[in-house]
Amino acid sequence: MSEPLTNRSKPVDRRPMNWVERLYLVNIFKGMAITLRHFFKKKATIKYPEETRPFSKVFRGLHILNRDEEGRERCTACGLCAVACPAEAITMEAAERQEGEEKLYREEKYAAKYEINMLRCIFCGYCEEACPKDAIYLSQTFTPANYQRKGFIYKKEDLLIPDPVTDPEGYQKALGTINREKEGV
Amino acid sequence: MYLLAIDWIFIIEKLVLIAAIVTLSMVVAMYATYGERKVAAFIQDRIGPNRAGPFGLLQPLADGGKLFFKEEIIPLASSKFLFILGPLLAMVTALLTSAVIPWGASMNIGNRTVPLQVADVNIGILYVFGVVSLGVYGIMLGGWASNNKFSLLAAIRGASQMVSYELAMGLSLIAVLMLTGSLQMSVIVGEQYNAVWNIAYQPIGFIIFFICALAETNRTPFDLPEAENELNFGYHQEYSSMKLGFYLFAEYINMFISGVIMATLYFGGYDIPFVNEASLAQHIGENWVALLTFLTLMVKALFFVFVFMWIRWTIPRFRFDQLMHLGWKRLIPLALLNMVITAVVILWLKK
Repeated sequence: MSEPLTNRSKPVDRRPMNWVERLYLVNIFKGMAITLRHFFKKKATIKYPEETRPFSKVFRGLHILNRDEEGRERCTACGLCAVACPAEAITMEAAERQEGEEKLYREEKYAAKYEINMLRCIFCGYCEEACPKDAIYLSQTFTPANYQRKGFIYKKEDLLIPDPVTDPEGYQKALGTINREKEGV
Repeated sequence: MYLLAIDWIFIIEKLVLIAAIVTLSMVVAMYATYGERKVAAFIQDRIGPNRAGPFGLLQPLADGGKLFFKEEIIPLASSKFLFILGPLLAMVTALLTSAVIPWGASMNIGNRTVPLQVADVNIGILYVFGVVSLGVYGIMLGGWASNNKFSLLAAIRGASQMVSYELAMGLSLIAVLMLTGSLQMSVIVGEQYNAVWNIAYQPIGFIIFFICALAETNRTPFDLPEAENELNFGYHQEYSSMKLGFYLFAEYINMFISGVIMATLYFGGYDIPFVNEASLAQHIGENWVALLTFLTLMVKALFFVFVFMWIRWTIPRFRFDQLMHLGWKRLIPLALLNMVITAVVILWLKK
């Protein structure tokens, strides 16, 4: 016989049962003692909607499109995220910033249309890594349920983070534990 | 109040008592389903139902409502009359047993002594046995009338199981009957009242009775008629809606009633341990004592219900040959031996 892989291996006991064992009662009481111990143990359940499991800091959930501290959209529709995306989940259309729109968009070019198909997305985070403008991040929320497929195609309005100027609380909440240092603020 | 030579107050009194006991059995059975799920969850390190109402306490109501609103399916190939009769019989026989059980010390309402027992028949325990044996018809008819192979197999299993375990149950009971010398439930309790409980004289008899009670109520490890993973839910496979509910409900009522009977036969019935009820009655009044004795019986019975559940979530199911082996070759000889020893000791002491 070869060496056992662990020190927990136990040879099977094939001796015929003795009188006490054949009564079964003793062993049944032992088993019941075990289940009773479990009765008072700490429960593993997490009461989901009220309590949530804590995620790791690098958890990759739903995307957010980031804004800068003045509330301007950071995305310039360069398309690097779409290129990096292995699942081809991201589509976008670029547009030029017009006169008077400086409060809305940080750069001269912006994404007029920005869609992520959450059914295709594999939440790898490559878009986050590819983005040169710190515009896209994966947040702590994960994809909610929907009745239709089209509900999973997230438009720019769904993805944009709340404005830090008008809605600072919502902004902080959406930001979650995303590392602020990385953002360079 | 006598009218047409009938004591109407007596009839009203009994009707109220019957209504109360049936309601009690129903409510206990309802919350036994909740208890079952909670016990299962706690033993498996979970929390169990906690969404419907505080601590999930409305869960049984939600379950019952769901069952009522489900589609009622009667299979085309079934024999309809028997198909409907099955769950009905199971339910009725489960409830009938409660009639002869003394639920507490007698109350005193308006100079009338009201015993908390529907019918104090002198063959009480025989009546219980008779009705319990009828319970097998619910399973038999249900499984047979479904016209389904698995249901029929389950029904045959259930019938043979219940018949075999009734024997050992009866034999273990004879020892108790020899101790008390009466079949009347109130006398059996009276003998233990403020005295030593029968469990002290009959520990082996109690264990046999308990095992047989598990088998009679089709509880794990003897739930072969249901055997989800072998027989597709067994005899109630073709049942849906509240007919299924009645089958499941009858099981829980049976559990409760057998808990009450075990408490009555072996654990002093409604006797409050270490308390002299007669002197207590002088302090707080007869009716309060009656209530306390009733609560005592409930605590005892519910403890047994808990043990039933505890066993269910601990022990796996027997194989059918093991079941028959245990019933015929172990329990019946043991019960016979217990009976003979009890008889010899009784004769010895009386000499």
